[in-house]
Amino acid sequence: MSAAPLLTVRDLRVEFDTPEGAARAVSGVSLDVMPGECLAVVGESGSGKSQLFLACLGLTAGNGRVSGSARLLGQELVGLTERQLNACRGTQVAMVFQDPMNALTPHLRIGRQLTEGLTDRGLLDVSAARRRALEALIAVGLPDPESRLDQYPHELSGGQRQRVAIAMALVCGPSLLVADEPTTALDVTVQAQVLRVLRQSRERGLSIVMITHDLGVVAGLADRVAVMYAGRVVEMAPAQELFDAPAHPYTAALLASVPRIAGAQSDRLAAIDGQPPRPQDRLPGCRFAPRCLQARDVCRAVEPETMTTDARAVACHAPLRQGWPS
Amino acid sequence: MSERGRGLWGDASRRLRRNRAAVASLAVLGLLVIASLVAPALSRFALDEVDWSLATLASPPSFANGHWFGTDSNGRDLFVRVWAGTQVSLLVALLATAVSLVIGVAWGATAGYLGGRVDDWMMRFVDVLYALPYMFFVIILTVAFGRSLFLIFLAIGAVGWLTMARIVRGQALALRRQPFVDAAITLGLPARRIIARHIVPNVAGTVIVYATLTVPQVILFESFLSFLGLGVQEPLTSLGRLVAEGAAEMESAPWQLLAPSAVLATILLCLNFLGDGLRDALDPRQRP
Repeated sequence: MSAAPLLTVRDLRVEFDTPEGAARAVSGVSLDVMPGECLAVVGESGSGKSQLFLACLGLTAGNGRVSGSARLLGQELVGLTERQLNACRGTQVAMVFQDPMNALTPHLRIGRQLTEGLTDRGLLDVSAARRRALEALIAVGLPDPESRLDQYPHELSGGQRQRVAIAMALVCGPSLLVADEPTTALDVTVQAQVLRVLRQSRERGLSIVMITHDLGVVAGLADRVAVMYAGRVVEMAPAQELFDAPAHPYTAALLASVPRIAGAQSDRLAAIDGQPPRPQDRLPGCRFAPRCLQARDVCRAVEPETMTTDARAVACHAPLRQGWPS
Repeated sequence: MSERGRGLWGDASRRLRRNRAAVASLAVLGLLVIASLVAPALSRFALDEVDWSLATLASPPSFANGHWFGTDSNGRDLFVRVWAGTQVSLLVALLATAVSLVIGVAWGATAGYLGGRVDDWMMRFVDVLYALPYMFFVIILTVAFGRSLFLIFLAIGAVGWLTMARIVRGQALALRRQPFVDAAITLGLPARRIIARHIVPNVAGTVIVYATLTVPQVILFESFLSFLGLGVQEPLTSLGRLVAEGAAEMESAPWQLLAPSAVLATILLCLNFLGDGLRDALDPRQRP
């Protein structure tokens, strides 16, 4: 890994005003996305993984407050006006969402949806934009791309729509793609197709942030993994190292709860007891402590600092892996 | 742009042509429009001409004396008056509906899409206008601008868009949470483009059905305004006025009610069929 990071997030916080007080969805996350890498952000529902990147794109809901810093290609994204954000949305950073069935406007033909980002900006005229759209459809491996341009979204299957959504995100040539659970709503064979498309895009130099809770997806695609819990990144490591030797007890518990076909057969799938804290709650100490089997007194009293070695980072008082000062 | 034209409207017209009821309605409406334009010019009676040759002023329909629909209580030819009235009513109805459609859709879609404080203020403004008695509003307009047919379109349109805005705003509120709107935002499209291309076409079905319901309301409202002396003035007439005058003579001269009512009913029926067909045609998920 060399060069400057593409996206630099520093101490990003997202809070929502609720009747029960401020809910902290993201509390102080820092991470980098390098050019050409695929960073997976893993966490359970409500861990703030989606809100983190929605905040980077200025998509936080009206009752949310974003603070901290997110720099894309050196430009600060937090606090930009809608107009300034629109200049980099699509062209520098694009997003693919979870639900492919509703990701496309039902009354617009595929070709029109793919080209509107180009023609509206005046980047290309209609016929050139159409050629670019066709290339994008070929790139995502959609069969019979020529006639797809004139079809409506309802004529396509879910997997095909998700590939169109990816093509739509990539058509303006962004350098970073944020994929928010792009395979969650798809069945397994179609998931594989979508992941192949993403892998091929990365091979062409695209940086990908993959937001998911499916560790199987992570294993196949990610270079590095950031594990989020209750609004914080608890562990960050190269994918293989994370799977081989998780340092945070939460990561270890997460890995233990993945069903395996090979290996020791146990009757029940391992589960993590308890619930994550609600975002309104203010707990002292580590947020995972109430559910952590290794928790000590210090864990319940003092919030752990993030410890960093050259490639890894972990926020825990008692990391599992050797080599961490503890 | 040619692309867009072929995309939404080209397909819609193809689908509309397959709907027999809609095509028939369109044809009948077309004939009515032609009749309303041509008939008064071809008739040997003028709009305000009293036929003194008749035995009684209100005479029933007859081919012998040339009064095909009979005459009204003042001895004026009803055939000419019905078609002239159709002309006025259609003009008022279509233009007033168009005015309310344009303002209502733009206002409602903007409020619903932007949401938050903008939505609050825009919809409170609608509430305030709702609370004002519209007659009061029309009278002020009449005093300010003088009487004209154009004013009636404006006045009725200015009242009619309020409900349209509420309907569209409700739909837009639901639509802006759809993933395809998020996708459009992440593509960097500005709000006005998203409203125009991703919100408004999706409410087209509801809007068109409501618009076809607005047309008869407008026709009736116009006759009410005319009755108060604020609408179309004699000798010019409208279907609403003719029906109202005919209703007064229903027992002694039923043709005075039947002729304008038949034309009015035909127009309303055709518009309903057409609206239904348009709603289906504008939804690409319907059969191709």
